[in-house]
Amino acid sequence: MSRRDRMSGNEAVAEAMRQINPDVMGAFPITPSTEIPQYFSKFIADGKVDTEFVAVESEHSAMSVCIGASAAGARAVTATSSAGLAYMWELLYVAASSRLPITMAVVNRALTGPININNDHSDTMGARDSGWIQIYAESNQEVYDNFIQAMPISEEMRLPIMVCQDGFITSHGVSNIELLEDEEVKNFVGEFRPENYLLKHENPLAVGPYGTSPYYMEVKRDQAQAMKDSMPVIMDVAERFEALTGRKYGFFEEYMMDDAEVAIVIIGSSAGTGKEAVDRLRMEGKKVGLIKLRVFRPFPRQPLAEAMCKVKAVAIMDKAECFSNSGGPLFSEARNSLYDLPNRPYAINYIYGLGGRDITVEDFYEIYNDLFIIYDTNKPGDIYRYVGVRDSRYGEHGFDHKKYDE
Amino acid sequence: MAYDLKKELEKPERLAAGHRLCAGCGAGIAVRGVLRALNPEDKAVIINATSCLEVSTFMYPNTAYYDSYIHSAFENSAATCSGVEAAYNVLKKKGKIKDNFKFITFGGDGGTYDIGLQSLSGAMERGHDMVYVCYDNEAYMNTGVQRSSSTPRFADATTSPVGRLTSGKDQNKKNLTEIIAAHNIPYAAQTTFIGNFKDLHEKAHKAIYTEGPCFLNILSPCPRGWGYETSEIAEICKLAVDTCVWPMYEIVEGQWHLTYEPKKKLPIEVFLRKQNRFKHMFKEGNEWMIEEAQRYVDEQWNKLLLKCK
Repeated sequence: MSRRDRMSGNEAVAEAMRQINPDVMGAFPITPSTEIPQYFSKFIADGKVDTEFVAVESEHSAMSVCIGASAAGARAVTATSSAGLAYMWELLYVAASSRLPITMAVVNRALTGPININNDHSDTMGARDSGWIQIYAESNQEVYDNFIQAMPISEEMRLPIMVCQDGFITSHGVSNIELLEDEEVKNFVGEFRPENYLLKHENPLAVGPYGTSPYYMEVKRDQAQAMKDSMPVIMDVAERFEALTGRKYGFFEEYMMDDAEVAIVIIGSSAGTGKEAVDRLRMEGKKVGLIKLRVFRPFPRQPLAEAMCKVKAVAIMDKAECFSNSGGPLFSEARNSLYDLPNRPYAINYIYGLGGRDITVEDFYEIYNDLFIIYDTNKPGDIYRYVGVRDSRYGEHGFDHKKYDE
Repeated sequence: MAYDLKKELEKPERLAAGHRLCAGCGAGIAVRGVLRALNPEDKAVIINATSCLEVSTFMYPNTAYYDSYIHSAFENSAATCSGVEAAYNVLKKKGKIKDNFKFITFGGDGGTYDIGLQSLSGAMERGHDMVYVCYDNEAYMNTGVQRSSSTPRFADATTSPVGRLTSGKDQNKKNLTEIIAAHNIPYAAQTTFIGNFKDLHEKAHKAIYTEGPCFLNILSPCPRGWGYETSEIAEICKLAVDTCVWPMYEIVEGQWHLTYEPKKKLPIEVFLRKQNRFKHMFKEGNEWMIEEAQRYVDEQWNKLLLKCK
């Protein structure tokens, strides 16, 4: 049984949290994730959940509270964005190496410099090497669905997990979604039953040792193995979720890829705009496709490579700059994954949407057009490109300078 | 029941021997002293900031603690404790755990006066049922004796060295106990290792068994950083209180009480002279340093006496 409702992505996360009824939430306000602890505090105030809410004085302490609570045997959740995630950075590694299954809702927002409250992926992309599973959503429905799938994955692997959505675009945009009944969610997520925890009666536990060189590397190797082993777990949970809801999830979604000649690889809400461009170009008879990556950590190297090699040219889109001089983080990893294939597509990178810069259907037309040029000429040209940036010195296309002034 | 050190020492140890702290170090004495104040039937979770104590007592795969223990980082031990305590409250309410647990956090002065102050202030303000113990050795000893905001004026530390142009640390020691007391917590106290440890024991017991956030600041000398013979730690502590450099007092529900008043207040030189970190103060021409140090101690002591009236 499901029920339909209209809600924002932030409300959807808070609603999923209410249905799960976690033990401890430590959270600190930051735009645009603030609404999550705000909605959730009201659930606590109205006695709808049993959660202990710890209203900390910083995100650093929010993650510290989650670490303490999770190690103590509680199911711990938090939510943050941007600078808040950056402030947690040190502790992201502590949580992951201590193998604590903390669930964090991240509402993606640009990192400061200059300060900006709008969406891009620089916050979570910066945290990509911290040992957390990362799942991204296109729509409010996916935000809700991903949050419910997160805990079974995280707790099975004893790895913390980030459930990411695009700030303001899904977090504040209201849309129709299908919700599960409370009982269905509780049964799906199950009880948290850690093997060992600080408050266990039978034996004390020590967490967070000084790990000297004879031991440190094995801890990292185990984390790497857990990340690898989480691949089938993510798929099992998705299958179980599909059986319950009929909604199918995987590492990525392929959109019109079967006969596509060129394709775009993208993360998050902009995939919706990309799909609109695909639909319109298809009506003109152009064989274009799109791959929307849902799971960035673990990186689904092989299946993604196989999906990309269906086409002759692929544009990999990054909503984060990592200043490497060789493209954004998704580009680096997706392009790397093609290396072992005997017949590789051309792969180029576009940095787009930084600090909430809009990307339009027309922008996608241009990108597909660029891909067809590569398709026809076999010349990739500059593989590291920007789209939607005002100064035409840095863009591939001529720009209406007034376009972004409002 | 009257305090009896012999009886106290018959209790099962909660910090095992064989940890890697130095001979003559105050940190281990502070931990043993505080944990002895736990009622034997109670369980505890020990939370620890990154510190000498942490790297010396929980080096994988060995732990010196009989109780559950968690270390997460340098500046967040109070927040980590908040999470453990929140988990305890909810799991207890849900009937998932039966035991009574106490939550005791240990941090050095670097992890408490400096980098952990925000986290500590947050935890004290929120009112978690916990004890935060600062083992104050007046510098960053784990990294090699760098000055902290707890380091007293004129102390020779590696980032406030004595040189041709400098006289050791320029600033006076921060008064952390007063800062924490200003959070209006039910119990805060200063102590150190004196005589039969009665003062430390009673304060630790009060801190552990007073509901709400409680704070203990324990002067815990460090032979490496202070430059004294390892066997002299008890004497150094005694001189610290008898010179009023480190007054022992407690603040119970906002009421200030001295718990020790020296019969004869000793001049500060007797405390300073024992330690290499102050040896430049005794060079010819540096008499003004001792005078300044004495003046500051007197001023602080008089202010404290007014509060304790």
